[in-house]
Amino acid sequence: MMLGNWFESPPEWLNLAIQRLGEPVVITIAGIFGLLVVSTILVKLLKMIKPGINLDEVSQRISSWWLMAGVFTFAMVVDRAVSIFFFAFISFLALKEFFSLIPTRRADRRVLFWAYLSIPLQYYWVYIEWYGVFIIFIPVYMFLLLPTRMVMIGETEGFHRSAGTIHWGMMLTIYCISHTAFLLVLKRNDLEQGATAPGAGYVLFLVVLTQLNDVCQFLWGKSLGKRKIIPKVSPGKTWAGFLGGVGSTTLLAWWAGPHLVGFSPNQSIVAGLIISIAGFIGDVNISAVKRDLDVKDSGSTIPGHGGILDRIDSLTYTAPLFFHFVYDTFTFHTFGSAGPLAP
Amino acid sequence: MNHFLRMLFFALIVRPIMLVILGMNVRQREKLPDSGPAILVANHNSHLDVLALMCLFPLKRLRTLRPVAAQDYFFRNPFIKWFALRIMGILPLDREVKKKRTSPLAGIYGAIERNEIIILFPEGSRGEPEELGRFKTGIAHIAKKHPDVPIIPCFMHGLGKALPKGEALLVPFFLDVFVGDPLVWEGEKSKFMESLSCQMTALAAQGDFPPWE
Repeated sequence: MMLGNWFESPPEWLNLAIQRLGEPVVITIAGIFGLLVVSTILVKLLKMIKPGINLDEVSQRISSWWLMAGVFTFAMVVDRAVSIFFFAFISFLALKEFFSLIPTRRADRRVLFWAYLSIPLQYYWVYIEWYGVFIIFIPVYMFLLLPTRMVMIGETEGFHRSAGTIHWGMMLTIYCISHTAFLLVLKRNDLEQGATAPGAGYVLFLVVLTQLNDVCQFLWGKSLGKRKIIPKVSPGKTWAGFLGGVGSTTLLAWWAGPHLVGFSPNQSIVAGLIISIAGFIGDVNISAVKRDLDVKDSGSTIPGHGGILDRIDSLTYTAPLFFHFVYDTFTFHTFGSAGPLAP
Repeated sequence: MNHFLRMLFFALIVRPIMLVILGMNVRQREKLPDSGPAILVANHNSHLDVLALMCLFPLKRLRTLRPVAAQDYFFRNPFIKWFALRIMGILPLDREVKKKRTSPLAGIYGAIERNEIIILFPEGSRGEPEELGRFKTGIAHIAKKHPDVPIIPCFMHGLGKALPKGEALLVPFFLDVFVGDPLVWEGEKSKFMESLSCQMTALAAQGDFPPWE
């Protein structure tokens, strides 16, 4: 009875959220928490049925998922600036983890500082929707600027390794991840004024499918996996996991795409394929780095998962590729290459 | 009033820097003492070391944390002196003691009697960043006099990269802290110093740190 009332006249905050984000986004967020409730109950049940079974890591993982989903939802719901700040903070944590993981030179302390400084700038371009600078700032300007600063310091031993690794880390952790934030501020030309901005839907579609793809690949691999797909880099990855993940993620994309992001069924399938295949590559890319450096996890920030990089490894590949797909599918109005300075 | 300022400084400045801008990975946290008297000994790379160690404890323990610091360095000018004594709550250590009658460690013994948690860097100074220097034997004197007070070794890595000696620019790096087992006094100074070095080396070996040259 109570619940029925609740559905008939939703509380004020829910109405506001639906108005700002659109109903599909709010339903998807509810779906995420529904999934978490189900998996939490499942683990509890499993423990009751088989008392001997060791599910500590799984429980820890799920409670970390609760926290991550909570923070993510908060960041998405509150306000546009908060959402952009959230992704900037993720970039910061990931870059810090990367710099702590790789060999660095003492002489490069100031160069690393500049690398950090590019995070607020890159996300500022997102905030003011200056697409033209957003898309080249790190690949061109920081790429040219960092070696300039290094030359000014003058330490040549290990120069090219340093220039390469620092910029590579920035591309993955700042540039690639910031595409998620830019999806948020996209405004479609063909929607009438005052229509709910589709950005939150894109972000949710990308982030949820990327993370679910990781989980699906893991589950398919655990249950059916035999033939290793890339044993030298990541011995745990199997063909069954990869293909199972691609299948489930694409199916989910096909089902959710038309509602959440306004794709046609065919476009949804392509988006699903992009996310699942790119997600796999992003994952093994970071695996290769970790194997090179002889560490199991990139850090220990998220209990049960490892570091931030372990969690966003797939997103580093899916974010830019999905962004380009969306950007070319619809027409958007941003400042484009002319920028806010143009008359 | 002073304690209020101290809480404010740690809650609003030190903790956000240590836990968010830098970020701490603490291994074997359960080996830290819950209450004093206890002595934490750690390697010394950076001015931030002491702040990091003080963040290992909950804010409500702040009142009992007493870092040992060189008097000659921290009494250079009135403001630094005020800050060191009132905000950091240091136990000043006079490094030039040869001629005096009283033990230079008297302040530390007093703190032990007040059940405080003492933080000490047996290397004496920060030295070369991220390199383990020789330990001075003052800590062995304390262990001899108070064999029942736990002396817990901590190995830290990362702060020497974030803020080494002679630099003013903070560059974020993750900080690793490894907490070891309490050291036991077995009746001999050299033995004690050896077991301290051994523990530190063993704790350092737990981490797998990338080169930093």
